[in-house]
Amino acid sequence: MFYPLTAMASTDPHPAPSTEALRALFASRIAILDGAMGTMIQDRQLTEADFRGERFKTHPHDLRGNNDLLSLTRPDVIEAIHLAYFEAGADLVETNTFNSTSISQADYKTEALVAEMNLASAQLARRAADRATAKLGRPCFVAGALGPTNRTASMSPDVNRPDFRAVTFDVLVTAYLEQARALVAGGVDALLVETIFDTLNAKAALFALELLFDETGVRLPVMISVTITDASGRTLSGQTVSAFYNSIRHARPFSIGINCALGGAQMRPYIEELAGLADCFVSCYPNAGLPNAFGGYDESPADMAAVLGDFAAQGWLNLVGGCCGSTPAHIAAIATAVHRSPPRTVPSHASAMRLSGLEPLTIS
Amino acid sequence: MRSSGSQFLIVGERTNITGSPKFAKALKAGDWDACLAIARQQVESGANLIDINVDEALIEGEPTMVKFLNLIAAEPEISRVPVMIDSSKWSVLEAGLKCLQGKGIVNSISLKDGEAEFLRRAKLLMRYGAAAVVMAFDEQGQAATRDEKVRICTRAYRLLVNQLGFPPEDIVFDPNILTVATGIEEHNNYAVDFFEATKIIKATLPHAKVSGGVSNVSFSFRGNNPVREAIHAVFLYHAIRAGLDMAIVNAGMLGVYEEIPKDLLERVEDVVLNRRPDSTERLVTFADELKAAASGKIENPESKIQNADAWRSLPVEARLSHALVKGIDTFIETDTEEARLLTAKYPRPLNIIEGPLMDGMRVVGDLFGAGKMFLPQVVKSARVMKKSVAYLTPFMEEEKRLHVAGGGTARAQGRVVMATVKGDVHDIGKNIVGVVLACNNYEVIDLGVMVPCDKILAAARERSADVIGLSGLITPSLDEMVHVAKEMKRTGLNLPLLIGGATTSAAHTAVKVAPEYGEPVVHVLDASRVIGVVSALLNPDSKPAFAAENLGKQNRQRTEFADRRNTRKLLPLAEARARHQPTDWATVDIPKPEFLGTKVFSSDPSFLVTSHTSLVTLAEISDFIDWGPFFSAWELHGRFPDILTDSVVGEEATKLFAEAKTMLARIIAENRYTAKAVIGFWPANAVGDSVEVYADESRSRVIQTFHFLRQQNEKPAGQFQHCLADYIAPKDSGRIDYLGGFAVTSGHGVEEFAKEFEAQHDDYSAIMAKALGDRLAEALAELMHKKVRDFCGYGKTENLEMKDIIREKYRGIRPAPGYPACPDHTEKPPLFALLDAPATTGITLTESNAMFPASSVSGMYFNHPDSKYFAVGKLGKDQIEDYAARKNIPVADAEKWLAPYLDY
Repeated sequence: MFYPLTAMASTDPHPAPSTEALRALFASRIAILDGAMGTMIQDRQLTEADFRGERFKTHPHDLRGNNDLLSLTRPDVIEAIHLAYFEAGADLVETNTFNSTSISQADYKTEALVAEMNLASAQLARRAADRATAKLGRPCFVAGALGPTNRTASMSPDVNRPDFRAVTFDVLVTAYLEQARALVAGGVDALLVETIFDTLNAKAALFALELLFDETGVRLPVMISVTITDASGRTLSGQTVSAFYNSIRHARPFSIGINCALGGAQMRPYIEELAGLADCFVSCYPNAGLPNAFGGYDESPADMAAVLGDFAAQGWLNLVGGCCGSTPAHIAAIATAVHRSPPRTVPSHASAMRLSGLEPLTIS
Repeated sequence: MRSSGSQFLIVGERTNITGSPKFAKALKAGDWDACLAIARQQVESGANLIDINVDEALIEGEPTMVKFLNLIAAEPEISRVPVMIDSSKWSVLEAGLKCLQGKGIVNSISLKDGEAEFLRRAKLLMRYGAAAVVMAFDEQGQAATRDEKVRICTRAYRLLVNQLGFPPEDIVFDPNILTVATGIEEHNNYAVDFFEATKIIKATLPHAKVSGGVSNVSFSFRGNNPVREAIHAVFLYHAIRAGLDMAIVNAGMLGVYEEIPKDLLERVEDVVLNRRPDSTERLVTFADELKAAASGKIENPESKIQNADAWRSLPVEARLSHALVKGIDTFIETDTEEARLLTAKYPRPLNIIEGPLMDGMRVVGDLFGAGKMFLPQVVKSARVMKKSVAYLTPFMEEEKRLHVAGGGTARAQGRVVMATVKGDVHDIGKNIVGVVLACNNYEVIDLGVMVPCDKILAAARERSADVIGLSGLITPSLDEMVHVAKEMKRTGLNLPLLIGGATTSAAHTAVKVAPEYGEPVVHVLDASRVIGVVSALLNPDSKPAFAAENLGKQNRQRTEFADRRNTRKLLPLAEARARHQPTDWATVDIPKPEFLGTKVFSSDPSFLVTSHTSLVTLAEISDFIDWGPFFSAWELHGRFPDILTDSVVGEEATKLFAEAKTMLARIIAENRYTAKAVIGFWPANAVGDSVEVYADESRSRVIQTFHFLRQQNEKPAGQFQHCLADYIAPKDSGRIDYLGGFAVTSGHGVEEFAKEFEAQHDDYSAIMAKALGDRLAEALAELMHKKVRDFCGYGKTENLEMKDIIREKYRGIRPAPGYPACPDHTEKPPLFALLDAPATTGITLTESNAMFPASSVSGMYFNHPDSKYFAVGKLGKDQIEDYAARKNIPVADAEKWLAPYLDY
């Protein structure tokens, strides 16, 4: 792939109007993100027929579990969930597009629908946000969610061929560009590259976003959230928190944070580290604890609120919400707990060359 | 270490096909395991990054780069460091960038293909998230002279930063290291051009870095590795001083500047620094001789050339040191064994570790700190050290076994969990500490390097550790140590915490680490101190005193730090006063002295006849000498008496101490100095921050008022804003308190005695005479304070040994005007007036309120049970105005006397 760049400073994309509005919100208090989408959908106990709707009655592959497709077949369900989160106190909701790339949708043979799915998801979240804004009297925002895909660009799925890659940077850039273009067309306020377990995937997504901003002439706030997989304190692809930060800092993120895999208590040291490192806003949306024996999550709204309330009191947070297992009740409790504390102040760091392998190398 | 040596980065060059035949061969043969082994070896040798270059005519660049990077990604020991993707082809660089999850450096882009292409590539680098090496190369070609290098780099910098918004900290200029000593005259100044260009680039292009491929400079000496290594060492030494940030070198093969034989060094520096016209010829001739000598072909007794093995004939200690500094492990076991057999000198194997091996590592540490050794070399040194220790270990175990067989105890004295903290891989110092502890019968649980906080805490808990020791060599480790301390507190651990490692300091420990943790946090300067610290902490009898002393020292360091930095805002005076140290005046013990008014003492018997004076002898005074400051006065640092056995300064300190004792005996025997002292007590009460002194207990007549100052630097919650007046009962408490005062001197006769030596040009003894005068004056103050505590009653039951008295472990304080607790020297005249000091002791005050003779001490006594020394620190304008009003002096006068303390 060849990327012709005409680009000089004078043609740099302009910031989207949402940038200032979000900045104002983040400056005034700790902002609240929504909770899990999947958990809420599961609670509805939808059937294969719900997922298919009229339109995909004859689709050659099972569709139950393709949650993102519900934006086309049961938009009422998705919009209701968005509204429930806004009413619980969320300032931002994520679009129902975690798996809406051609790479992930290939599992369901629905890769041709990707642009349409993202557009619909963005539009219905936008509608929910606008209705919530009118109803609640405070600005409500939409973040376009870009998930990790189901493949890794810096690890081989085949132990006998360590140099093999199931996906390449270029393929990822193409897929993310397609997704992001539709999300922006659908009216999202920001783009959230999330649940990052392989930094190279994320770097491809960030690269795609820059191409899109060149294309549209408008730059949206870019939010980034990494997943620390276990107590090793590393991503699945082996990077430490600070190495990860060094690896994505070039994207000039609006916020950086940690989500998924861990509960708040297990996330504590990594959020503390990130809060000390990042010269942008910091976000945190953990799972409702570690999964139990049945794959469910046990932390109550009060449990999560206690841990995240402590993070807020420590001055580590600008944006907080929930990931797997969290519900509007969790978000309401978290919002109450963190609103006692002021938002984290963003530190400014001395200029330094910040390199990384699996570990950081910072040269001041 | 915070030196230039540690910030300098080594980029491993062995995975660069153009510089490494071995890598070229492996790559061409498709032997990927061999390629990975080379990469791994570079990282293990201490490379901070690895340079990867596969540019070769017969190799397809893009897929080869991709495959090798993908393979490296699967090797965590290699991929932990960032990659420098190196190619002359942009397509290879870009293919490589698409494989890196981390942030690497691209080597290189330049203006060779014109501005538009240069900027296009730079913009893509911003999007891939990579730093860039920018060659001093433009449309016309490569820059050779200083001015050309600077011109092209400046042009590139402006384009990148101003036009593109490229982060300047991500620009690494390569101003071209070109070959010197080629025989072509224009090439002679190439190294100097590089140094000068580097200096200018670093000074004029903010945040930009400078790098270079070093091996090119010595290309004309290929085949002669000793000379090439010397040239590289010399080049790096000067380039780093000029501002070089990183260099592409063979991380496993770096010479040590300090170790280059002087005659070779001179000739190499002549070439590198272009110091004489015939420098190339001279080095070439010398290089040939060197080569011949090394191969033993000629025997030239005139030549000062060191045969490569000449060091083998040195004494065993020097050989051990040489092996450590040079990282040579060939003979280490033989030499260690030889030292072990010297049982007269080293009765125990541990003595070898604590002696010659630690001495050698100290040299390594110093050279590293001074930027004359690099991390890879230090890593090699550490390996040699480990090998030697490993050789000695079975002997130490045997020793322990015999000890147990002979009825000794096998139970460990305590259990120490040690770790190098997360993010840090350095463990030389920690390992030495571990060995020393183990040899002293402590059980050591070494968790290794890069240990996350939770693992340290879990290990301490599971293994019921008695102490935790943290080590670190790089600056970020300091923050991690703070983090560990916080977590220890948060999770309810209550073990003592030891902090050590080259980057740590007593000040950082006091200011940043200790306050985060309620238990003792002790900075351990080096392995030689660790036994003293750990044994004191684990013995319940000695722990409280040790902890208190440690805390006191750290409090002082915190105050000094606060004074220096003064980052905290001062509290308004009213608020500072509100945060005074509270005392329950109804119940607090206020001892009444046995006498009121003054008492006079003298060592001059003739003085006794004419007044109510008691005798105090110089011999009696000398028992109270605190020898610690005596050694500091001679620039020998360490604690007394440990300093006498210190491996570095011990010999010198012992000699000095013996000579001091001899002179002191003479002073006492000949009564050379006359000691005089006056002490006094008066009824007193505090009024605000001042203290009124009364003629008698009716307190109807004020005979003197002392004015004190209060701390305004905000203290952490739970601490107080101190002022000496808080230690005296306030007037409205209804209780009578007593303020004491003293002035002592042993200075009469000191000047005369010193002059006798000066007349004989014996400055050493003259300084000694004065230093002893000072010691005796301080000792006299200590002795008088003991008498005062006895006069007040509580001293009679304090039951302290002399060493505890000298460490001021008693109740009460004797702060001196002009010193930190009451920094105003103008409080001295009223004190002298009360004591009638000039008449009773012969001490006078100069116009700046200094005491004469110099060996004099004066101050006030406070008996309050909670009184302690503190530093007033910075003062706000509100307090100065209040103080001037209290003293009834112009504000300008108060400002003049307290100038160093003003916060405005």
